[in-house]
Amino acid sequence: MSALQIKKGSNKHSAYNLRPNFSDVSEKHTLAVLVDNEAGVLARVIGLFSGRGYNIDSLTVAEVDHAGHRSRITIVTTGTPQVIEQIKAQLGRIVPVHEVHDLTVEGASVERELALLKVEGEGDKRVEALRLADIFRANVVDSTLTSFVFEITGTPGKIDAFADLMRPLGLTEVARTGVAALSRGL
Amino acid sequence: MTRQMTGAKMVVQALRDQGVDVVFGYPGGAVLPIYDEIFQQNDIKHVLVRHEQGAVHAAEGYARSTGKVGVALVTSGPGATNAVTGLTDALMDSIPIVVLSGQVPTFMIGNDAFQEADTVGITRPCTKHNWLVKETENLSATLHEAFHVASTGRPGPVLVDLPKDVQFASASYTPKREVTVSHYQPQIKGDMEEITELVAAIEKAKRPVFYTGGGVINSGKAACQLLRELVDATGFPITSTLMGLGAYPASGENWLGMLGMHGLYEANMAMHDCDLMINIGARFDDRITGLVSAFSPKSIKAHIDIDPSSINKVIKADIPIVGDVGHVLEDILKVWKARGRKTDKASVAKWQAQVSDWRKVDCLAFKQDGKVIKPQYALERLEALTKDMDRYVCTEVGQHQMWAAQFLGFEDPNRWMTSGGLGTMGYGIPASIGAQMAHPDSLVINVAGEASWLMNMQEMGTAMQFRLPVKQFILNNERLGMVRQWQELLHGERYSHSWSESLPDFVKLAEAFGCKGIRCDNPDDLDEAIKEMLAYDGPVIFDCLVEKHENCFPMIPSGAAHNKMLMGEASTKGAIKAGGAVMV
Repeated sequence: MSALQIKKGSNKHSAYNLRPNFSDVSEKHTLAVLVDNEAGVLARVIGLFSGRGYNIDSLTVAEVDHAGHRSRITIVTTGTPQVIEQIKAQLGRIVPVHEVHDLTVEGASVERELALLKVEGEGDKRVEALRLADIFRANVVDSTLTSFVFEITGTPGKIDAFADLMRPLGLTEVARTGVAALSRGL
Repeated sequence: MTRQMTGAKMVVQALRDQGVDVVFGYPGGAVLPIYDEIFQQNDIKHVLVRHEQGAVHAAEGYARSTGKVGVALVTSGPGATNAVTGLTDALMDSIPIVVLSGQVPTFMIGNDAFQEADTVGITRPCTKHNWLVKETENLSATLHEAFHVASTGRPGPVLVDLPKDVQFASASYTPKREVTVSHYQPQIKGDMEEITELVAAIEKAKRPVFYTGGGVINSGKAACQLLRELVDATGFPITSTLMGLGAYPASGENWLGMLGMHGLYEANMAMHDCDLMINIGARFDDRITGLVSAFSPKSIKAHIDIDPSSINKVIKADIPIVGDVGHVLEDILKVWKARGRKTDKASVAKWQAQVSDWRKVDCLAFKQDGKVIKPQYALERLEALTKDMDRYVCTEVGQHQMWAAQFLGFEDPNRWMTSGGLGTMGYGIPASIGAQMAHPDSLVINVAGEASWLMNMQEMGTAMQFRLPVKQFILNNERLGMVRQWQELLHGERYSHSWSESLPDFVKLAEAFGCKGIRCDNPDDLDEAIKEMLAYDGPVIFDCLVEKHENCFPMIPSGAAHNKMLMGEASTKGAIKAGGAVMV
C-alpha cells in the first residue's frame, strides 16, 4: 500500500499533480497514520520528525484494532506544502506504516481533543468557573471545597479558549490528549 | 513441513534458503551459537574480517558487484556499533544488505549487561528497517522478511538483532515459501498517464538530456539494457551521477561523462542549458544540483524514482513517475515506439553539435611533465592497461575517487563500487574484498588515497587469509587531498591538519602482511610497475607517489550554479564566496 494514496478512492498513484505549485506559506495539517502495533514503531515515526527537522504540534497514538494489531497515530504538523508532501512520503517509507492520510486535504474531517483542567479558587471565582464550564459543556470530574477538575472535549481551539478563560480564575494544571481525527462521511 | 531446530540453526538455514553463499563477520560472545552452526556446515562460506566496519563494507562490495543481498554477522555491543558506519553508508547509497547482530539474552536486556547496546535503537535511523527477535518462533519468518525488505523497492540495509537465548531455544522453522506475503510491496509500475506525458515531452524536446543514477543499476541489468536502447534510439546525450556509472557504457557515443561538483564540463553545461531533463533513478543530491535556485533554469524536469520521497524533495518535478526504473523504461519505450519513434531530429542534431563544442573544451586536460607522477596520469595509465580486462573497481573517498570517476571508463553496471552519499573513507579495501569474494577470477582494484586507505588497512589481513588478490592502487600525495584543496580554495591556504607526517612505508607494510608491495615515483616506470601489479597472483599494495598539491577540476564551488565551473588553477582565486564557504 502506498503512502501516495492521498485521495481516497483515487487510482492516481502520484499525489504531486494535486498540488502543482508549492508555496512558501506554512500550513497546519492533520495526518492519520495507520501502523502495525509493533515495538519501536512510535520511535520510528518520532525519529523521522526529529531527524529530518519536521515539526510536531501534537501526536496521539493508541491501538485501534486489537485483532489486527493496528495502531492509529494522529499527527498535527506545520510546514510548507513541499515539506508536508515530504513528511507524507517519508512516513510512507517506514516499513510498518500501512496508510498515510492527510485529513486536511482529503475533504472534511472532524477533530477532537480531550483535556483535564484543574482550577483552584474560592467564592465568586469558583462560581464563575463553574458557570463558564457549563457554557463550554465541560464536566466536573473531581471537586474539593477549593478546586475543580474539568473535563472538556472539543477542537483544540475550543480547549485553548476555555483554558484562557480559566487562567484568571485559578487554572493551575492542564493535561491534554492531543488531537484525534477522522474524515467525515463514508 | 515444519522442522524443529534451534534459533542458531535457523539462521544458517534461512541464509541457505535465501541463496546466501558468503557471510562477512566477526565472532563474539553473543553470536557463538550461530558460529557453532557455521562451523558444522559447508554451504555458506564465512569470511573473517578484522573489524566489523570491514564486514559491512565487504557485504556492500559484494552486493554492489552482484546485485544480490550482502550479509554481515556481528556480535552485540561494540560489534553492532562498529557496524553503524557501514549501515549508514548502505542506506545513503541504497545497497541491499542484511546485518545479523548478536544481543545479550532477552532476560538481561536493559540491565547494562556486558557488551549490551540498544542496537535496534542505535541503528533505527541508519537502516531501512530493523527487528529485535524476542521469540525463536518468529525468527525464521523475520529473517525472510528482512531479505524481502532489503531487496524490494528502493534497496537498503536492514538489521536483525538476535538475543543469545533466542539462538539457543528451539522452535519450528518456517521455510521461505511458506512465509505470508509481507505488506511491504512498493509500487513497481509507473503511472501510464505520466509516462505518456514524458513521451510527448521526448518527442518535442529540442535540448534533452538523460540524467541517470544508481537507481538504474539497482533496478538490474535489464534496466540498463533498456536505458541503452532508449538513449541510442533517441540520440539524446546522457550523463550520470557517481553512483550510476556503468549503466550506460562510457564508450557510447551519447555519453557525456559524470556530472556534478567534479563532473565534466560538457555534462554540467548540458544539465544547465537543457530544455528537458529526464532523471532516471537519481535523487538531485547537493553534489549534483549545486545552487538549487540556479539549477537548470530552462528545463522541464521528469523524475523517475521508486521512492516517492525522492520526488520533489529537492527539485520540483514537472513529470513525476513513481516506479521501478526497468518497468518504467519498458513502458516508455513501448509508448514511444507505438507513437512512431518521434523526436525533433533537427533540433536534437543542433544540440548534439553544441555538446560536441563543449567536449572540445577538454576539461580533464592535464600536463604530465617532469619527474613527478600526476595522479590523473596514474589513472589514465591504469585505465589504458586494464580497461579490456574483466575488471571491478572500488575506491576510497576524496580526490582519487573523483579522478577515478573521471578517468576510468565503465562499460557495464555493477563494476564500480564507491561510497557516494555518505563519503566513507575506509570503504574501499573491505569493498574490494567483498567484490573479489563474489568474483574470484576477476581483477579487483581499489583506487585509494593513502589517508583513506589507512582507515581500514587491517583488512589486508582478511585479503591474505582468504587469498583474495585485491590490488590496492594508492595515489599517495601524503595529504588529505580534498581537505587540502578546500583549505586552499576556501581557507586562505591554511593547511590545518591535512597532511600526514608519519606515514608507514607501504612496501614494508605489504611485506608485513605477507603480500606484495610496489612503489613507483617516476612516470617513466609507471607502466611497468602497473603491469607487475597486474601480473602478481595475490594481493598487492601499490604505493604510487604522486604530485602533492594537485587539485581536482573541474569543480563547481559549493553554492554556485552548473555553468560556474572552475576549470583550473588560474580561475580559482577568490572564486568561492562567503555564502558558499558555509556549505560542505
